[in-house]
Amino acid sequence: MTSTAIVPRRHRNGLARCAWALGVLAVLLTAATLGGAQERQVDPRVGLAAGFRDAGEAAHNMELVVNLPKPDGFFDPEAPAGRPRPPRPPEAETPPEGAETPPEDDAAPAEDAPEAPSAEERRSRISFSNSDLAFGDTHMFVGNYHGFNTYSLEDPRELELLVSVVCPGGQGDVSVHGDLLFMSVQATRGRIDCGTEGVEDPVSNERFRGVRIFDISDIRNPQQIAAVQTCRGSHTHTLVLDPNDPENLYIYGSGTSSVRSGDELAGCVDLEEDQDPNEAPDVALFSIDVIQVPLAAPETARIVNRPRIFADPESGSIAGLWQGGDHGPGTQESRRTTQCHDITVYPEIGLAAGACAGNGILLDISDPVNPERLDEVVDQNFAYWHSATFNNDGTKVVFTDEWGGGGRPRCLATDLPSWGANAIFDIVDRQFVFRSYYKMPAPQTELENCVAHNGSLIPVPGRDIMVQSWYQGGVSVFDFTDSAHPVEIAFFDRGPIDGENMIMGGYWSSYWYNGYIYGAEISRGVDVFALTPSEHLSQNEIDASNSIELSEFNVQQQVRFHWPASAAVARAYVDQLTRSHNIRAAHATAVDDLLDRLDQAEVLDEIDTLAGELESDAAVLPAGATRLRALAQTLTGLTASLR
Amino acid sequence: MQTQIHRIGALALLLTVASCGSAGVAPATPDATPDPAGGPPLVQPGAPGVATRSIGTREATDLSGVRHRAADVQFMQGMIGHHAQALEMTTLLYDRSRWEDIRLLAHRIDVSQADEIRMMQGWLRVRGAEVPRGDEHHTHDGMLMPGMLTPDQMAELAATAGTEFDRLFLEYMIMHHDGAVIMVEALFASPGAGQESVIFGFASDVVADQTMEITRMRRMRGTLEVR
Repeated sequence: MTSTAIVPRRHRNGLARCAWALGVLAVLLTAATLGGAQERQVDPRVGLAAGFRDAGEAAHNMELVVNLPKPDGFFDPEAPAGRPRPPRPPEAETPPEGAETPPEDDAAPAEDAPEAPSAEERRSRISFSNSDLAFGDTHMFVGNYHGFNTYSLEDPRELELLVSVVCPGGQGDVSVHGDLLFMSVQATRGRIDCGTEGVEDPVSNERFRGVRIFDISDIRNPQQIAAVQTCRGSHTHTLVLDPNDPENLYIYGSGTSSVRSGDELAGCVDLEEDQDPNEAPDVALFSIDVIQVPLAAPETARIVNRPRIFADPESGSIAGLWQGGDHGPGTQESRRTTQCHDITVYPEIGLAAGACAGNGILLDISDPVNPERLDEVVDQNFAYWHSATFNNDGTKVVFTDEWGGGGRPRCLATDLPSWGANAIFDIVDRQFVFRSYYKMPAPQTELENCVAHNGSLIPVPGRDIMVQSWYQGGVSVFDFTDSAHPVEIAFFDRGPIDGENMIMGGYWSSYWYNGYIYGAEISRGVDVFALTPSEHLSQNEIDASNSIELSEFNVQQQVRFHWPASAAVARAYVDQLTRSHNIRAAHATAVDDLLDRLDQAEVLDEIDTLAGELESDAAVLPAGATRLRALAQTLTGLTASLR
Repeated sequence: MQTQIHRIGALALLLTVASCGSAGVAPATPDATPDPAGGPPLVQPGAPGVATRSIGTREATDLSGVRHRAADVQFMQGMIGHHAQALEMTTLLYDRSRWEDIRLLAHRIDVSQADEIRMMQGWLRVRGAEVPRGDEHHTHDGMLMPGMLTPDQMAELAATAGTEFDRLFLEYMIMHHDGAVIMVEALFASPGAGQESVIFGFASDVVADQTMEITRMRRMRGTLEVR
């Protein structure tokens, strides 16, 4: 979500209206063609009943395993959903006899504040929103505007809360490395001491905006050990592990909010009115914060660079990228590139993809302290470049556009499918090449905030598959192996939180971790999903993905999956080759049969022979060549391991 | 070389130990152990170096300190009038300019600011505050709000047409947008203001959007010079 999530804005330009008209025309034509004899296939996500705990649900090729509501301390006890209380009749003000007195509202309000907040006011708050997820070992950390919660994943089907940590400041994005947990704080209410009372003075040494570092070695009793202050706070952050620098961990911090006063934090410079950024060489815009965390002394973490990654190499201007505004009549208005919203690093290939307001950028991070820009793109349909995900080979990037900031319904039937969507690029010679858009295809209502948001890869060998959050548009799993033709293969969705008012909610992040998909729902808590086999994804492919076991996972820090040479992985390749008609039926049967008899020694030689034949076929079946070779290598790897 | 590395290593170790002594990892406190009922602990860390403590639900969910203030209400009330004048200016435009770029800009301002006015009115209504209709141009103390056009300036704008109108419209709208940014700066400079999550997001967005439009209008003004 952006810091600006709550602002209503509607772009109804010519194109959008045109799309709407075309849509109506299409429906009429379809109806006319079918003549009413045949019912039109309606997406089950359309028309789901509203409700906080009892909303209608639609699931396709995935199942909801468990939902765990938010714990005490992380919702308003008077309005758990963030939903309005039913109007209370006057006599109900006195609790019935014997009933427990409900807890008093908040403590005494500040002097000039009105009395207790009304129900509607409570509803409009986002103070307790769940946000991003991180995973370490058997623990899941769920960030929240109010702090974070730690869960045990010992048995993912029996999620267990271990500790709730109150430390407000928004957005509360979390990352984890070993015994260290990192958390982004951006709001001006953030306090160094994790206090809930906010900060009174406009300039104050109690305020905290930046990256907090916690020691979580005692998992139920985390300690704040450092708080690295930054000029714009930290909206998101990314951990960067440099293979050549094991002593240090680096953090790329992205602030998207206002620059604070230099009186509060020395060295913070904002632009004066009408000032050319190049006349303010120290301005805290047009850069990211590179924080160095010495692993032997994390409490000494500090900013070591604020690289000018948007600079124009020719003119030298630090504000060298998109200046803000639209791209011509009927196009989207893109934000000015003064910041990144999120950066995803892939240290193994030395690259990072930055989603930076008005641009998508590609960075060389072989020297993580001094990232260098390799390429940049704009897109006339993108309002706000929000996040990025590489495929496993590092040859593609999925960028998201958070049009409307996350708090607006941007998945209406009348919204363009290329607005508020993903843009998928290939990386060719370290340059982006646009291939397609992908938007969760089921139209949502005016009551559901919806736009592209955070997701992760699902490690199915031989394919590029991603699970992604769409706020109240639910969770969508799509295949982008063919980056020009992404296809949805599974989904889960609930109806709106409320049947009358749009209430901020839905999935912030949904990530795959060791066999399950975990969804952070802004107001409904945490959901755990499992994929179910379908014509789009076989049980063998699901089994193969489950052969990947991670010990740590931060989505903005990509690590290459290496699949074992196992029977499950081989069978997954066979299923894919069969599905695309790129394997001889006899070979497919033979692989299956031989893998069933692995306990017989003579089978190993037969498998090696078969692998050789598959290699030969790769030469004559170009469309299946890559997978045939991968299958052959998996088989020979398997036999080698069994000898 | 080798010796030097060792010396640096020893120094680093020394510093690490020293900092652990002063502001390092605090020991676990009995406070933060699970509650007697056996539920998971609810805790609040301290500043770096200060031990984490247990905290009750009521204290944990107490948002009274970050509730909106009088300054927030006045900001929203003022910004409604401020936005409304922008809409008055764009209303003048459609009869007076045929320049496609500026008509498109005006349309965008219409759509976004009208939507924001509804949002601000809703924000005030649910907080039980007075909701301006949108024709107030002055602050509580009778001052014209930053960037607002005087009645004379509005009349001057209404009396022009064509390129002269375009030039004046851009000049006044840039001034008007600059004023909105100044209003946000003033909000954040008021004690305790701008901390409630909704208003923090909205005010931050006003700066981002209007700054972007200012840049765009400056570019348009530049092209006007050479037309």
